[in-house]
Amino acid sequence: MATIREIRRRIKSVQNTAKVTKAMEMVAASKMRRAQERTMAARPYAEKMQQVLADLAAQHRSGEEVHPLLQQREVNRIALIHITPDRGLCGGLVANINRSVASFILEQNVPITTVVVGRKGRDFMNRSGQEVRAEFTQLGDRPSIVDIQPITHIVIDDYTNGLIDEVYVSYTRFVNTMNQQPVLWRLLPVEPTAIEPGQNVEYIYEPSPAEVLAELLPRFVEKELYHVILEAIASEQSARMVAMRSATDNAKEIVEELTLTYNKVRQEMVTKELLDIVGGVAALG
Amino acid sequence: MDKLKFEIVTAERLLYSDDVDIVIAPGVQGEMGILPSHAPLLTMLQPGELVVRKGSEETAMFVSGGFLEIMQNRVTVLADTAERAEEIDIARAEVAKGRAEARLRDHVPEMDLARAEVALKRSLVRLKVAERRRKPKSGLGGAQGL
Repeated sequence: MATIREIRRRIKSVQNTAKVTKAMEMVAASKMRRAQERTMAARPYAEKMQQVLADLAAQHRSGEEVHPLLQQREVNRIALIHITPDRGLCGGLVANINRSVASFILEQNVPITTVVVGRKGRDFMNRSGQEVRAEFTQLGDRPSIVDIQPITHIVIDDYTNGLIDEVYVSYTRFVNTMNQQPVLWRLLPVEPTAIEPGQNVEYIYEPSPAEVLAELLPRFVEKELYHVILEAIASEQSARMVAMRSATDNAKEIVEELTLTYNKVRQEMVTKELLDIVGGVAALG
Repeated sequence: MDKLKFEIVTAERLLYSDDVDIVIAPGVQGEMGILPSHAPLLTMLQPGELVVRKGSEETAMFVSGGFLEIMQNRVTVLADTAERAEEIDIARAEVAKGRAEARLRDHVPEMDLARAEVALKRSLVRLKVAERRRKPKSGLGGAQGL
């Protein structure tokens, strides 16, 4: 049986842990709210942009040389943008996204270049010996569109120069506070909309196809990547809040159990001492 | 008659979404009116006023640029920034106008002239949109302080 002092020490230490996890829960909760708002607000734009691009891609299926980012080539090399948190303590989020990426990598039979965003993903890629083209860490909780421009540049340059023929993004999509979904999504080339035969779908471009596409396509890559990173941040903060809440709850439960044991041990001691005294008095009498 | 499914989004929010009768948008090659059954089109926008009409109800918005797509009676505007006419912050637009004018007047060599010009145009259009929409209400004090 543990001594009374040991139990008391244990209780103190668990209580301190609970205080820390509670604080982390509260920090994550406030960041989460902001991140969720930003993500939900950015969704309509990202979705509309995808739709417009899908329509656009449907028209250039024939492979006209309108714009390098619309080209579809035989796939010799895939780029994978892996978006993860910088920090852990967010439940199974990191493990889930890494697992989904690992099985994707194993399925491919062409070489893969990775671009990692976030320390957790970088560590994972280094550990598993994947080629890392670039790494971006410390983006923070509220990155601006300027912060992610270097990522956009790498993707656009490599795709334009034919170094990569497909670009996938792996990130954690925010569903709700309790649920985040690891997602693998093909950014480039754009998946064309299915068009029913006989429909007139040729666009009229103003001022001209070249000018419109030169403006639109880089912006598409930039806005979509930005949105995906927002999703990832909202997921991370939500997962962390939930993980910290359950850690706090667990700690409280342990404290309760320990307190119960502590009281029992103490009572036993008191009883024993009483018995000793009573026994002593009886012996004297 | 057919309606147009109209949606305007910015990176921050969905600004307006409804079935409308006509859309009047500031394309880079001039103002364009879009009615149902329009041919598919993809255009860039310039800073200006975008008006949609639904029955007798008219909504005016300011867009600073972006893209407009027409596809099978669906009109989608991807705006850089956009706001409803009644949301326009006139004071802020005035300040922006003054700043842009000052930059153009005493232009310092390292200052980007093209950017200042664009900023000036943007603030002017914003003011114009705001002013036009306030006039009918001026009797109620809507134009006070201008």
